[in-house]
Amino acid sequence: MSDTGTPAPAGSAASGQPTAGQPSAWQPSERELARRVVRRTLHRRQLLTASAVTLAVFGSLAFGVTQLPGWERVRETFFSLEHAQESFPAILSGFWVNVKMFLIAEPIILVLGLLVALARQSRSAWLTPLRLVAVGYTDLFRGVPTILLVLLCGFGIPALGLTGVTNDLFFWALVALVLSYGAYVAEVFRAGIESIHPSQWASAQTLGLSRVQAMRHVIVPQAVRRVVPPLLNDFVSLQKDTALVSVIGIFDAVFSARDYGNYHFNYTAMVVVAAFFVALTIPLARFTDRLQRRYAERERAGAR
Amino acid sequence: MRIPRTAAAATIPLLLALAACAPAEEKSADPAPTSEAGDPAECAADKVLTDGKLTVATDSPAYEPWFAGNDPSNGKGFESAVAYAVADKLGFAEGDVTWVKVPFNNSYAPGKKKFDFDINQISITAERLEVVDFSEGYYAPTQAIIALNGSKASKVADFDGLETFKLGAQTGTTSLTAIREEIEPTAKPLVFEDTNAAKQALLNGQVDAIVADLPTALYITAVEIEDSTIVGQFAYDDDAVEEFGMLFEKGNALVGCVDAALAELKEDGTLAALEQEWLSDTADVPVLD
Repeated sequence: MSDTGTPAPAGSAASGQPTAGQPSAWQPSERELARRVVRRTLHRRQLLTASAVTLAVFGSLAFGVTQLPGWERVRETFFSLEHAQESFPAILSGFWVNVKMFLIAEPIILVLGLLVALARQSRSAWLTPLRLVAVGYTDLFRGVPTILLVLLCGFGIPALGLTGVTNDLFFWALVALVLSYGAYVAEVFRAGIESIHPSQWASAQTLGLSRVQAMRHVIVPQAVRRVVPPLLNDFVSLQKDTALVSVIGIFDAVFSARDYGNYHFNYTAMVVVAAFFVALTIPLARFTDRLQRRYAERERAGAR
Repeated sequence: MRIPRTAAAATIPLLLALAACAPAEEKSADPAPTSEAGDPAECAADKVLTDGKLTVATDSPAYEPWFAGNDPSNGKGFESAVAYAVADKLGFAEGDVTWVKVPFNNSYAPGKKKFDFDINQISITAERLEVVDFSEGYYAPTQAIIALNGSKASKVADFDGLETFKLGAQTGTTSLTAIREEIEPTAKPLVFEDTNAAKQALLNGQVDAIVADLPTALYITAVEIEDSTIVGQFAYDDDAVEEFGMLFEKGNALVGCVDAALAELKEDGTLAALEQEWLSDTADVPVLD
């Protein structure tokens, strides 16, 4: 390098005594090196402590639990490998029912929820009945426990004996889930729409957009982006609530586990089902986290 | 060092809590339960949950004809009557019998039970015996098929004819096993939380027929669903007779006493009389084979 007589940079090395030898390229000082060693040791020690403590806590917990007098019994009734294997095929085929139900219900719920939210936001005097229906719908269906809706739809509607209407249990269970979750999702959308700053409405108006156009092109796109995380949260919840359809006799994963357990007097199958659901919801949860982060970054536009 | 101290502070209460939760070693090492076949009354006194009381469990709702009016404590219905007869033999007056509600799927949960025994149409199987104890059987039911009058399923004359129908039964029951293993229908059977749901589905035409034990089936067809009929009852292969037993916590010493009481009830004809009184005559239901 062609620096001529440049003193050592004003970094850490320049603090006290100049280092012996060549001053041209920056070299960490003895002291900095010593600091690094200390830092490294500290870091290593912390890592060690953290691992040791974690191991000790969870290890002793596990040890403690296995020492309990009832553990043998719990292991046999909840964690029996044999029962897990035996119940697995029925649970797997039942789980397909849950997944199918969830996949069909989800898009319908999204559309229904958005429509109800929009109906609630309408201002035209002509649309008052529609607005009232929307309010009534969300109040009623958010209030009734989903399990009751499943029972009422599954057994109640076919009992009416309407001609030309299916009495298929799967269909009516699906209707119940859509009605229940549609109400939740409508409220989420409404919250999103109302969270958009009034200046957006004003700007749209100055551009000459009608209320409908403003809603369509300005408000809803922003609102939807904002409510994606709570929506996904609702869908995780929906995934689990598909288990409620068992009350009308749909043999889903949870019900097949309960049936297995009740017959064999063993709860292992329920642990297997739990694993199935966790395996399904964890990826969705991580996906939600990522989406949320991405939207946050975009909204802040680099202003971290 | 800060971290270990925090860690220790966190770990110690955890361990303490665990130790505190750990129940003291159960004193279930009593002598063998079955050996005391002497006088049931003497036998039971020191083996019940609460001194001077016999705590009996059943599910809620309690169905006819096993109970009456959803009230196990009135002594009406077959199982209620049997429970009081057993209590009497064990030296408990009617007022000393306490009933508790225990859902079927809780009855076999590990851990301390809140009942002396559970009487709830529970079939004795070898697999269940590994988890709980059962008394001797107090009733041997057969399974029966119920269909709506005039439906196709109601005209079936033999076992194989049932294969093509949509069948239903209550979860965890031997009725369901009977469908799966004896009938083996082409369509998957529908499984219901309880017989009420099964009855509703039958009325709605969501299933063609339901399977239940014969006394229940008789009650359903006679009282609950006017327009229904019993298609027939199952003929079991060889001597694989199914029996209902009272369910006890594993290792409960009271089992021996109850068995002794049941033996006396069988011998003096009480059990047969109760069966005659509460479970309608089952002889004229055709056997399918």
